[in-house]
Amino acid sequence: MYLTDEEKAMRDGFEGPAVAAAMDLLLRYGAALDASRLCDIRNVAGTMTQPSPVKARLVKEHGWDKAFAVINLDSDGDFAVPPMAVPTCQLQHGFGDDARDVVPYPKQNIELQASAEAFYGRHGVNILATCTPYQVGNLPLRGEHCAWMESSAVIYANSVLGARTNCEGIASTGAASLTGKIPCWGNHLDSNRHGTHLVQVDVAVDSFQDWGMLGYFAGGVAGEDRPVITGSLGRPDLTDLKHFGAAAATSGGVELYHIPGITPEAASVEAAFAGRGVPSAAVYGLAERRAVYETLNEIGDSTDVDFVLLGCPHASVDQMRRTAAALDGKRLSPSTELWIMAPRALKEVADRSGYTAVIQQAGGRVLTDSCPAMSRAAPKGTRVFATDSAKQAHYLPAILGIEAWFGTLDECVDAAVTGRWNGRLD
Amino acid sequence: MSDIILHGRTVVPGVAEGEALVSHEPISGWGGIDPARGVIIEPRHELFGVCFTGKILVFPSAKGSSGWSGFFQTTRLSGTAPIGMIIGRISAKSALGAVVTRVPAITDLDADPCEVIHTGDWLLLDNSTVEVRKREPAV
Repeated sequence: MYLTDEEKAMRDGFEGPAVAAAMDLLLRYGAALDASRLCDIRNVAGTMTQPSPVKARLVKEHGWDKAFAVINLDSDGDFAVPPMAVPTCQLQHGFGDDARDVVPYPKQNIELQASAEAFYGRHGVNILATCTPYQVGNLPLRGEHCAWMESSAVIYANSVLGARTNCEGIASTGAASLTGKIPCWGNHLDSNRHGTHLVQVDVAVDSFQDWGMLGYFAGGVAGEDRPVITGSLGRPDLTDLKHFGAAAATSGGVELYHIPGITPEAASVEAAFAGRGVPSAAVYGLAERRAVYETLNEIGDSTDVDFVLLGCPHASVDQMRRTAAALDGKRLSPSTELWIMAPRALKEVADRSGYTAVIQQAGGRVLTDSCPAMSRAAPKGTRVFATDSAKQAHYLPAILGIEAWFGTLDECVDAAVTGRWNGRLD
Repeated sequence: MSDIILHGRTVVPGVAEGEALVSHEPISGWGGIDPARGVIIEPRHELFGVCFTGKILVFPSAKGSSGWSGFFQTTRLSGTAPIGMIIGRISAKSALGAVVTRVPAITDLDADPCEVIHTGDWLLLDNSTVEVRKREPAV
């Protein structure tokens, strides 16, 4: 791999042992990818504060510097962590203090995470604590090279914003945060950003639920490649594409898609394929829509719903507003809980706007920082849950061993109020 | 019994010798493996409940969460890691995963490793080659 003089100096320890360890990891990783060089980045979204048993042991025995070296740089060295070299944010992690007495979640994890936030905050890590950094001020520009984790954020950054990042991991984002470098490979290169599969939509897609189902279908069609979506599409908003991308990254491994006329890198279907010819289309019609709906609901059997989960990926202010409007003046069934997950910065807006109070008066909770899948935590005794998120409907049954229903926000709120699932596909 | 030699591109240099565990389906890290036990835990996966510790793991690709590499790094720190990886199609997740698991790994082979290699075959993974000694058929 070609290295600049600056990168060689980092490798050789001129900027200290932590930067040298970071560069060593990037060289091993770049060789594994067969990358020809590194690229400069100034935007890292990774995870340093998320509690885990290995992290707890390392911190207890050796302190936070060692835990960072082992987990975030894959290094056996002993050195102090320097300040972050480039803007770096913490993605979603475990539950925090605001979840005490609500979420069954180990107290020692809350304490470990609080200690981590204090340590990493001192080193310049912005504790955004959300899977949607693009909702709370980390909005990369078109063409900006980034090093992001979190599949739903990666697909949003690449596709909706036109930024450039691979689906990075804990050690590569750790190394990027100290060097401002990442292998220039995959989505960073022009030659890897054109479409590979065409999805022709023949049924109207114009709701939050439908955008999620279409994303789930597109991920199944494209796998790890790059679908181009065209046809009878309404005009999506941030919330719709947040759901679409999370679903496409769940059913497949999509990191980049194009919707000609909507996303920035493809003005037309032909342009999306960059002159390589338009392949024959996978059609998304009534039958395919029905099949996706049934797949997402195949784990549902009992209609007695004891948990409703909203806000995956983390809710927008508008989703909290709509949830409050749907719950206004109502009361949850005594056997059902409702949680909506949101970035803490946006919960502040919901608090101020009165939405949180309305949700709480109905018996629901606005929670931050984490989610049931990430923290393996749901209300005690949950057997059946309902959600408006295709991603959570896919993952949570496997992670928590519970049944799932997938539907609209109104169907989920109805289930929370009646304790029964009455969802159906129109 | 016939030996086969596959050629590919080194992902992580080194030599590993041992028994193959072949997955025909992509493998998830987060939600896909239990790093404390070195076991595949995805309910609908063909290797559900199977332990990969001490095996050379042969799989087509990595799927799912960006936590993939962190989960495989944890297998190393927990003593439950595979001893080598043979990866059909490389990605950022699997490349970083192999690096932080610190085991010899190879990709871009001249034949589909998930078809040519069968679970139980004896493998010698040496940087950019894999020698496959087919398991003796049961007599």
